[in-house]
Amino acid sequence: MIYALFADMAVADNGSRQGKVRLTKWYSPYTQKERSKVIRELSGVILTRGPKLCNFVEWRGYKVVYKRYASLYFCMCIDQEDNELEILEIIHHYVEILDRYFGSVCELDLIFNFHKAYYILDEILIAGELQESSKKTVARLIAAQDSLVETAKEQASSISNIIAQATK
Amino acid sequence: MALSGMRGLSVFISDIRNCPNKEQERLRVDKELGNIRTRFKNEKGLSPYEKKKYVWKMLYIYMLGYDVDFGHMEAVSLISAPKYPEKQVGYIVTSCLLNENHDFLRLAINTVRNDIIGRNETFQCLALTMVGNIGGREFAESLAPDVQKLIISSSCRPLVRKKAALCLLRLYRKNPDVVNVDGWADRMAQLLDERDLGVLTSSMSLLVALVSNNHEAYWSCLPKCDVPQEYTYYGIPSPWLQVKTMRALQYFPTVEDPNTRRSLFEVLQRILMGTDVVKNVNKNNASHAVLFEALALVMHLDAEKEMMSQCIALLGKFIAVREPNIRYLGLENMTRMLMVTDVHDIIKRHQAQIITSLKDPDISIRRRALDLLYGMCDVSNAKDIVEELLQYLSTADFAMREELSLKAAILAEKFAPDLSWYVDVILQLIDKAGDFVSDDIWFRVVQFVTNNEDLQPYAAAKAREYLDKPAIHETMVKVSAYLLGEYSHLLARRPGCSPKEIFSIIHEKLPTVSMSTVAILLSTYAKILMHTQPADPELQNQIWAIFNKYESCIEVEIQQRAVEYFALSRKGAALMDILAEMPKFPERQSSLIKKAEDVEVDTAEQSAIKLRAQQQQTSTALVVADQSSANGTSPVNQLGLVKVPSMSSSVIYSSKWDFDQSRSSTSTSSPSPSPDLLGDLLGPLAIEGPPVAGESEQNVVSGLEGVAAVDAAAIVPVTVQTNAVEPIGNIAERFHALCLKDSGVLYEDPYVQIGIKAEWRGHHGRLVLFLGNKNTSPLFSVQALILPPSHLKMELSLVPETIPPRAQVQCPLEVMNLRPSRDVAVLDFSYKFNTNMVNVKLRLPAVLNKFLQPITVSAEEFFPQWRSLSGPPLKLQEVVRGVRPMPLLEMANLFNSCHLIVCPGLDPNPNNLVASTTFYSESTRAMLCLTRIETDPADRTQLRMTVASGDPTLTFELKEFIKEQLVSIPIAPRPPAPVPPTPSVAQPVPPAAPSNDPGAMLAGLL
Repeated sequence: MIYALFADMAVADNGSRQGKVRLTKWYSPYTQKERSKVIRELSGVILTRGPKLCNFVEWRGYKVVYKRYASLYFCMCIDQEDNELEILEIIHHYVEILDRYFGSVCELDLIFNFHKAYYILDEILIAGELQESSKKTVARLIAAQDSLVETAKEQASSISNIIAQATK
Repeated sequence: MALSGMRGLSVFISDIRNCPNKEQERLRVDKELGNIRTRFKNEKGLSPYEKKKYVWKMLYIYMLGYDVDFGHMEAVSLISAPKYPEKQVGYIVTSCLLNENHDFLRLAINTVRNDIIGRNETFQCLALTMVGNIGGREFAESLAPDVQKLIISSSCRPLVRKKAALCLLRLYRKNPDVVNVDGWADRMAQLLDERDLGVLTSSMSLLVALVSNNHEAYWSCLPKCDVPQEYTYYGIPSPWLQVKTMRALQYFPTVEDPNTRRSLFEVLQRILMGTDVVKNVNKNNASHAVLFEALALVMHLDAEKEMMSQCIALLGKFIAVREPNIRYLGLENMTRMLMVTDVHDIIKRHQAQIITSLKDPDISIRRRALDLLYGMCDVSNAKDIVEELLQYLSTADFAMREELSLKAAILAEKFAPDLSWYVDVILQLIDKAGDFVSDDIWFRVVQFVTNNEDLQPYAAAKAREYLDKPAIHETMVKVSAYLLGEYSHLLARRPGCSPKEIFSIIHEKLPTVSMSTVAILLSTYAKILMHTQPADPELQNQIWAIFNKYESCIEVEIQQRAVEYFALSRKGAALMDILAEMPKFPERQSSLIKKAEDVEVDTAEQSAIKLRAQQQQTSTALVVADQSSANGTSPVNQLGLVKVPSMSSSVIYSSKWDFDQSRSSTSTSSPSPSPDLLGDLLGPLAIEGPPVAGESEQNVVSGLEGVAAVDAAAIVPVTVQTNAVEPIGNIAERFHALCLKDSGVLYEDPYVQIGIKAEWRGHHGRLVLFLGNKNTSPLFSVQALILPPSHLKMELSLVPETIPPRAQVQCPLEVMNLRPSRDVAVLDFSYKFNTNMVNVKLRLPAVLNKFLQPITVSAEEFFPQWRSLSGPPLKLQEVVRGVRPMPLLEMANLFNSCHLIVCPGLDPNPNNLVASTTFYSESTRAMLCLTRIETDPADRTQLRMTVASGDPTLTFELKEFIKEQLVSIPIAPRPPAPVPPTPSVAQPVPPAAPSNDPGAMLAGLL
């Protein structure tokens, strides 16, 4: 089971390896204090790791599987007995879907559209388990959501237009 | 597209990004939070769109790491919005901001349920997702049936059903009772026929969770575990589904049916041998994820040896490849392989490569290598491995040194081909990594040296050598000083080892060491004086001067030693009788192994070490016991050691007595084999042959010293003989003491000692029972049953049926607290000694207060809580009479020792006490409990008590618990140990409290 995902700890521009968190998702109850502590500790461990090392870190009886994409690190915290490579590919699966959705995803996409990243994540993982392995299906569902929101907005704006017209 | 219409949000994000530094960012965030707060306050003017925007901003700020302590309500309220866009935001933000223990979530249960049972598919999806991600127990209880219906509903589309499956998985984890096994197993089997891959993958995850608790019910699902080929990920058919399927199979017992077994092994063989390393990283990862899962399944299925060696050969290849992930997993899986019997020798073939991995650039890989080396070490390769570890120690990362030195010490102890090598290793360890060598490691060396006469001159000589080094670690000073104090006289004829020289080289170190070491040095000086016969006046004067100097030391321990040693050493030759060398230590299981288990969680190395420790425990104990009997330790001595401390006269006297006694009994009773001696002492015909000589000498000795302890010890066997088996000490008293502390003796009789060590974390507890056989013959038919009350889930690991002589076995006991209750678990323990069947029922100290964690609350936190919990059943009040009168301070101490932390200053009346704590159980989770005691200074036997918490049962149980503590603590005539009358005046310390003497300390620790 995946306990938490802290995606996107970007390396700060000034080279100090202190991450900025772009997305977090917790599948196990932690308080706000615990959450920031975990993130602080883990970014200390992970961001200082050199290249060409393995993608696994042992931490407080858990394992952290992480993968770096350019300046972004995606990290997932799992049990000792879980299958590490499987998790590593879940990360990649997620990144591929983000890439497809934004069209060559970059860090800025995730910063300004962090809510989209959450929508997509919820279509891939629930309860810390993989829900859908088909990229196509996920893309289809997200598109459907987007169009629902669009329709609602159009309706709203047309109604407000009518009201605006009427109260003129 | 994505942010059209959310201009405010993007502007805010850009602002944050443009902040040149952290302070600016904080200012901008604070400004925004202020803005959001005012907007939320006059909610009427807020359009749904604006509300949505602010809620997103809040989440963004939260993600940046700032505290967002308001607005949760607004996020939750969006859930009940009628339109999709708002609802969506409400669900997602709620599930990010809140966790399952949050009170606001309760408010949403009804809305969520309506969405789940409603007809709107998109709403269903949103609700299921949120419950699947943060649903807690309450959600489990109220929603599970609805969710189950959705999974199997034929009118629902796959996108709803797969979410429902994972949602149920979450609810099941929160409360397994919500899934009714009977009907559900068949449904589960049908689900596995599903063709939609999302539904199938989710259902397989659900199945894994279900079978991990109870595989029996789900046999019907077993034949359905296969993987369709339609979907591929980098050319691998559904890798995740394959992994999950094989994981599920690992929860079923080994397949017996030869046909199934054959075809299963064919598949596994194909995976294991047919997976090649390819260029594409993702394909590689996916195929190897499957491969490693197959490997785990092979281990589970207990395959033939041939297949096992194939697997190990494969892993051997893996640990040498360039790809670091595969190296890591290769080492990890080799360590897992160690659990399978008979593969040790094959794994040993890769030893050289594993040792190379110890120098890998990646610390994760080095950790795995260390773990594996530790696990695979045995008598044949211990020397090589330990020497490698020692060598590595000087270059290892700081993060690993402590673990490394601990492991080296354990291996050296377990597998030492000869004891002088063991001493060498530990001294090297201290030399190279003194900071990381804990006290128990050097205590252990001292114990071995003390118990093995042949070793003593060697160890003393080694210690002397290390003292010549220019800068040595303080631990080295301690161990050298101790060893030389005891045994330097054995070296007297060697150059540089006259008492004077020894003294001066040790004394050189004194200015640089801490107080605890000074204490040891003083003892060493006293011992040196004793061994210098005839006395050397110059040395004597030097040492006396030092004693004189420390007689006014501010450290009471040192002062006391100085005074006593000074007085004793004036007795001249009589000193010889008083300060004789330390007696042999009773054989106990190595505390290092215990420690290794303790640090496990922190250092993140798991199963293998635990497993090895368990496997080897018995053998270690046996090895030690052999050594001792070879050296002729007499059981009388053992009994004496067990008895004397309880009389607690001066330790120096008792050790003297032990020494004499052991000497006399070795000299007189050596012809008779030791087990017989004990048998004689305990048997009805106690007084005959050699023991008579031993006992009469004892009496002579005791007469000389006038120490009653000796008589008591001599008499003990007789009382034992009349009453079959009489427990030593008061069982109830021991239980009550253990209720307030976490380790100690639960039960003791002449044959057995049961010790307990417990750790508590939240609603989980881990007790370790130490079953020690005090005799020189084994105990048979040992049985330990746990009778848990309904609110505790307890799991005792396997208790061996036989406990070897003088051995101690550890049995971990896992405890989980389901709900508040004062019922007590019982340990039903029985064993057979000779022909006597002994059975005792002991209460286990897994009591209510163990699940309390002290928490101090401030007045601002306390009063709103206190007021909000108004009246029964959450707040209960009672006037308690017949209270044991005690000063308020003592009562406060009592509360503190029960983990109810007294918060001073909250109550203006000085006669009142206010205490707070957190109670942990599965049903209540962490729950704050508040207590107020109002005492009447005129009548201390009555008081008014008010207890409040968020759970009615908890309030009641806690109230009763506190009452018990106040009214009936004195079951034992003495007040419980941890409530000492706070020493307002410095009281004279009883002469030579046993715990202060290094020897007694050692005996206690080892």
